[in-house]
Amino acid sequence: MIDLLAQADTAVDGLKAVGAGLGYGLAAIGPGVGIGLVVGNAITAMARQPESAGMVRTTMFLGIAFTEALALIGFVVFILLNFA
Amino acid sequence: MNDKLDERLMTAQDGTVVNIEPEKKIVADMLWRGIKVAPVWLILSLLVWGTDGVASAAYGIALVFANFIAAAALLTWAGRISPGALMFAALGGFILRLVVLTIAVIAASKISVFAPVPLGITIIVSHLGLLVWETRYVSLSLAYPGLGPSNMTPKKCKEIK
Repeated sequence: MIDLLAQADTAVDGLKAVGAGLGYGLAAIGPGVGIGLVVGNAITAMARQPESAGMVRTTMFLGIAFTEALALIGFVVFILLNFA
Repeated sequence: MNDKLDERLMTAQDGTVVNIEPEKKIVADMLWRGIKVAPVWLILSLLVWGTDGVASAAYGIALVFANFIAAAALLTWAGRISPGALMFAALGGFILRLVVLTIAVIAASKISVFAPVPLGITIIVSHLGLLVWETRYVSLSLAYPGLGPSNMTPKKCKEIK
């Protein structure tokens, strides 16, 4: 009985690790797409209006950082599942 | 004006000089604000989570600062090369920084004072908090990217115009 409980415990730990890794990976997909869109559109804007490059790059940098926050939330979930 | 400064500046058709590399300025603004607020957050962490919590919170703040600095440095460097390099640096840098963050946290987890909850909360709060704070200033001054409206009273704004 004790052996069975120990095995179940190990299985739960394993599933936790798999879930954490999977969640982190899935959470990084959306921001990846988002950053691609932000930078792609910023480059288009800079090509059309080079004199507004500073403004575009400011907005782009903040956009990237905001989008990255989503991945960081996934990262924090990964930390909590693995180490808490 | 030296050559290094010239690289960052560009003259628009109407004759105004614009900074086309505002990332460094934005990150400097954010770090300065972060340094000012960090002690308050660390004291709060000490009160709520104890010494382990304050150590983890400090580590989280350091990670967020390093993440911003790395992002700005990569984008500035790539922006000087080409738009393609900018795209590569944005996406490659995103993955690279996530990998480095993961390695940094896994390495820190071996230390006895590591506390995941304060670390996680600090990472999210400091990242989003600094960004929202900076966005508030940038949105007020899009004509001067990365500049805050410090001491910009309506009278002073009129004088500049």
